[in-house]
Amino acid sequence: MGMTMTQKILAAHAGLDTVTAGQLIEADLDLVLGNDITTPVAVREMDKMKHDSVFHKDKIALVMDHFIPNKDIKSAENCKCVRDFACRHEITNYFDVGQMGIEHALLPEKGLTVAGDAIIGADSHTCTYGALGAFSTGVGSTDMAAGMVTGKAWFKVPSAIRFNITGEPARWISGKDVILHIIGMIGVDGALYKSMEFTGDGISHLTMDDRFTIANMAIEAGAKNGIFPVDDQTIQYMQEHSKRPYKAYEADADAEYDEEYTINLSELKPTIAFPHLPENTKTIDEIKEPVKIDQAVIGSCTNGRIDDLRVAASILKGRKVAPNVRCIVIPATQTIYLQAMEKGLLRTFIEAGAVVSTPTCGPCLGGYMGILAAGERCISTTNRNFVGRMGHVDSEVYLASPAVAAASAVTGQISCPCELE
Amino acid sequence: MNAKGQVFKYGDNVDTDVIIPARYLAIQDQKELAEHCMEDIDTSFVKNVKSGDIMVAGKNFGCGSSREHAPLVIKVAGVSCVIAETFARIFYRNAINIGLPIIECAEAAKGIEAGDEVEVDFDSGMIYDKTKNTQYKGQPFPEFMQKIIRSEGLVNYINQKQQETK
Repeated sequence: MGMTMTQKILAAHAGLDTVTAGQLIEADLDLVLGNDITTPVAVREMDKMKHDSVFHKDKIALVMDHFIPNKDIKSAENCKCVRDFACRHEITNYFDVGQMGIEHALLPEKGLTVAGDAIIGADSHTCTYGALGAFSTGVGSTDMAAGMVTGKAWFKVPSAIRFNITGEPARWISGKDVILHIIGMIGVDGALYKSMEFTGDGISHLTMDDRFTIANMAIEAGAKNGIFPVDDQTIQYMQEHSKRPYKAYEADADAEYDEEYTINLSELKPTIAFPHLPENTKTIDEIKEPVKIDQAVIGSCTNGRIDDLRVAASILKGRKVAPNVRCIVIPATQTIYLQAMEKGLLRTFIEAGAVVSTPTCGPCLGGYMGILAAGERCISTTNRNFVGRMGHVDSEVYLASPAVAAASAVTGQISCPCELE
Repeated sequence: MNAKGQVFKYGDNVDTDVIIPARYLAIQDQKELAEHCMEDIDTSFVKNVKSGDIMVAGKNFGCGSSREHAPLVIKVAGVSCVIAETFARIFYRNAINIGLPIIECAEAAKGIEAGDEVEVDFDSGMIYDKTKNTQYKGQPFPEFMQKIIRSEGLVNYINQKQQETK
């Protein structure tokens, strides 16, 4: 029986010729990631281990991104804990204020993740790097600590669901609409414990930023990982960003899948996830009653990349954010921030009445920089709309693409950008 | 090894943001953190939970963020076992790694009600509802995970393995 793309990467990292779904393996890791929330817990766990050294100082990435620049004394103490740890162990890839970005936008940009890698990160959206053809998955702080010490992690080899992507997306359709459509179809546990493997000729019409967005939200369907094949676009991206060698794996022709779905990109419509689960999706034309908003957030590890800012700016250019709406734009990395500045996007945002923030996860998880009061509604390009996710338990988050979020910021209610044309 | 206590019951897709909201994640003191366990969906949980009590929920328990703070606050609050129809995979790993006993059992998750007295035998995977006088067979852990559980978490397991190789 053949192996899926994920299974091939796991077999190679476990030193095995073949693996099958359900098998428990120990795999060598190419990168272990942590952030300012999860790393302090991992550092405490490492202290309990009778082993005060890391497996490889170049293969650990510590990114301060959730609550920084520090929002309060406790978050400052957490960052100090990680900073001291990084210094003590001479961690090469430590990213603090000035160099940091949102981890899942930053690491591919810095060339630290390439096709064929096996990566764990103490952050659930670590699955993002599947866009490059890597196996990457989120874990907790104790797994991170064990990974930093041993360079290994245990996995149960996952089975897979195959998503055959066909067609070309219509105007205003992006990776966010693709993944929200899929989660709406299969549910928030539709891929529980499994890989989501994307194939098909429609993938060539998805930019790398689209693919990062799709792989990023695989966890929102419960998946262990999401993974894309390596094509010319992937290779070009890696050549532009990384000096590391990569390895492109392909699923065997006779690989088995638990389920298969076909997604025709040309049939997708702008899709919005209503509170309080990412599976509560509606297409824009299914929204019959106006949904007024108080805030629009454009950013995050899901949608804070340059393509996202470009499309948002194309809608906000020459227009104004509606009165009584706060529009918050957060470039995901310093490089994206600079690109947005050089292309004039920051001017567009500011002239439209939006604010532009330094890179931070901030409002996505209700940390800071855009917390909601009771009864308030936010349209957001982030990834979760759980109860209380962005503030008060009686606030509401609607997940959408940057295009829909920008158009909604202009009209003051959830809107299709096509309404502004 | 057994767990015995009164049941707190929740529904499907209980996410890590309601188990421990992100606004508290900068808190490093485990007891202080546990004071906010479940507060966004059940403000009375922390007031009423007693050491040894059991949490029962539907499918996809612990979905969302990878925060290990989630199983940790449940454990520190006093819960001795979580029974659910299914667990989200990162929560599942984290619970094992920090030594919070969990059991997947769809029938128990449906049949057991809030307030029931429940006893769990981890060795056999049997779940007994003393109030209703019913019993269920939970999904046993694979041998490899049982080793981690017996070591009371991944850190001890790795320490023991390193001792053995020396």
